[in-house]
Amino acid sequence: MRLFAFLLAALALLGVAAATTRARPVNAVALLGPPQETLAAYRLFTDGGARAPNAGVTPYDLNNALYADGAMKFRYVFIPPGARASYSADDVFEFPVGAALIKTFAIAADMRRPAESVRYLETRLLIRQRAGWVAFAYVWNEDQTEARLAPIGAEVPVQWIDEAGATVALNWRVPNRNQCKGCHDRDGRISPIGPTARNLNKDHLYRDGATENQLVRWAAFLDGAPAPSEAPRAPASFDAASGPLDARARAYLDVNCAHCHNPHGPASVSGLDLRAANPDPVTLGIRKRPIAAGRGAGERLYAIAPGRPDASILLYRMQSLEPGIMMPELGRQHTDGAAIALIREWVAGMDAPR
Amino acid sequence: MRMLLAGLAVLAIMVGSADARTWRVRPGPDAQAQLQAALISAQPGDTVRLDRGRFALTAGLSLDVDRVTVRGDGHDRSILDFSGQTQGAEGLLVTSDRVTLRDFAVENSKGDGVKANGCTDITFYRVRAEWTRGPNPQNGAYGLYPVNCTNVLIDESIARGASDAGIYVGQSRNIIVRKSRAEYNVAGIEIENSWNADVFENTAMHNTGGILVFDLPALPQKNGHDVRVFDNIVADNDTPNFGAPGSTVSVVPQGTGVLVMGARNVHVFNNEIGGNGTANVIVIAYRNTIEDAAYNPLPRDIVIRDNRFGRTGFAPAGELAGLAQAGVPLPDILWDGSETYNAGGTPRTEVVRMTLSNNRAEGREPTFLSLGIPVAGSDVSEAQPNANPPPAATAEEPRRVRLPN
Repeated sequence: MRLFAFLLAALALLGVAAATTRARPVNAVALLGPPQETLAAYRLFTDGGARAPNAGVTPYDLNNALYADGAMKFRYVFIPPGARASYSADDVFEFPVGAALIKTFAIAADMRRPAESVRYLETRLLIRQRAGWVAFAYVWNEDQTEARLAPIGAEVPVQWIDEAGATVALNWRVPNRNQCKGCHDRDGRISPIGPTARNLNKDHLYRDGATENQLVRWAAFLDGAPAPSEAPRAPASFDAASGPLDARARAYLDVNCAHCHNPHGPASVSGLDLRAANPDPVTLGIRKRPIAAGRGAGERLYAIAPGRPDASILLYRMQSLEPGIMMPELGRQHTDGAAIALIREWVAGMDAPR
Repeated sequence: MRMLLAGLAVLAIMVGSADARTWRVRPGPDAQAQLQAALISAQPGDTVRLDRGRFALTAGLSLDVDRVTVRGDGHDRSILDFSGQTQGAEGLLVTSDRVTLRDFAVENSKGDGVKANGCTDITFYRVRAEWTRGPNPQNGAYGLYPVNCTNVLIDESIARGASDAGIYVGQSRNIIVRKSRAEYNVAGIEIENSWNADVFENTAMHNTGGILVFDLPALPQKNGHDVRVFDNIVADNDTPNFGAPGSTVSVVPQGTGVLVMGARNVHVFNNEIGGNGTANVIVIAYRNTIEDAAYNPLPRDIVIRDNRFGRTGFAPAGELAGLAQAGVPLPDILWDGSETYNAGGTPRTEVVRMTLSNNRAEGREPTFLSLGIPVAGSDVSEAQPNANPPPAATAEEPRRVRLPN
């Protein structure tokens, strides 16, 4: 009898093992075509809830992320078997046709315990197709069993307790296709933002238990990456130990503003270039007058008035929730208190006018 | 879960052949989703047809498909009403090429009315952008707002109540603004850092300033030039300046007809310009500190000819009011007299050329005054007014703008 039970258990285990090894691979063909109605159709994950990545799907995270009302983000990259991405020291990596960047927005019922009662809200795909990048958003159902395509966006009422113990309630806004491009736009074409060397250069705890620098792990599909110590690395904006104030503030602006405010982005016409690598103080905003801000300038004369955060348009727009004034224009319904404190300290510490 | 799914798009009735379809959208509780769905689902060649009525919208709309026409039943009949807007920095954003917008209105958007960013061949025909409460500093900045576009046509359109410029064309190339009406804005029509613009047969009334041609520093497209302003009515621009302090237009004096600042080869002719309490035409240098070494703040090669001037100088505003109080009557044509400017700390001087000819004024001679402020940006208190005009312009009149739109 015991033997029988043992055999049964062994068979069950074998069955599980076989099922795992037989998981069908990522649907690489689907990635190259029109959007699938469900996220599951791409088979980027082996489970319906998209918790277990399929073979070839690598999780990653970033030194700095766009503020999104405090939601958690789970990111993965898929590179088709045999294909290679190529490294760039100061730009988004070049990804091969068929590659996908996957980002799921999620909340925990209580963000003080972020691993418990996690609810997925939406999963966004950026797919490198033959003609260029495309962006699709998939909205999760309440049962967390299925994510469906939402080309014109969606609103999902959600509530959670934030890290400070306060209740947050909002209608989560899933962007429509144009709004995706509103940020992911480079010279009028859809483009990724996050996966740059400086933003990826950090350790990650992988599912196999290893902690490894992401640039090292990515060597499996990334050509040309130097050793992490030779690659640029952005400090984490809110970790004072990770770098000087100036670098941390610039890193924040780089990720939260520079996707539009760069010479190739939708806000190039403002003449404001908030990329971390921009060496020019005027286009960085220092004593730069507003152009088309209208009341978005808040009666302030300069994007950045050195030494005077309360006279700086940058702070005014970060502190606003009003359409037509707030920056970024989309993607947040709260103010980013930590960022406001960081940028305030940075501007306050600048030398006042000559 | 309130999900606005693609299925809603099907609710918009589609008619027409496979080549060019029409997406009909009606006002109603689902208008936001249906209209945005149509704007996303449309294929090149399609028309998005706005039915008669008031569309109550809560979020900015956007169009990123080439060769789409968005057409209503008339700017007084098909109204996109953004009074309840809670999202988005403008009413309608267009980012694709060969788009035509016609016969509808955008009202009370929280930011700009209609913005076209980086478009080629963009047409506004009989479009109205308006803030219906009239001049108010909380109104959005721009009404009709093409920026960084090539081939811009704004025709028979209307802009009212913008807290910056009603019709604003920025950093663009090949532009026609014609037969349009700009009222109760800070700036009625403004052409800024743009190349080759014809502005004609428009009416700019009851703004703070009627028609502005600007060139500003530190922008990606510099060196605004070749602008013709002709056959317009620029009258009774008497709205107190309600622009955001710090904005460029916030210094435009109430009662300005045409204002040329910093641009090159601007021709102002055959216009009716009168009833502007400060001055009918002002030609000045950009006055703020300049960090952009490649920038020339002087207006130069300016031609002002064959205009018919009406009453002016009867209610001088801003800094010029003090001058008038000191006994200097303000003229039809006012020039700041600047011929020197600071470029990255180095003073530069050049001969500013300006042609003033064949202008007429009812029952009097047209008047000209130079403020005699030699260095661009100096305080008005340094003015040494005189009636000496600069030497005549020699540059050729820009050629007529032709558009494929």
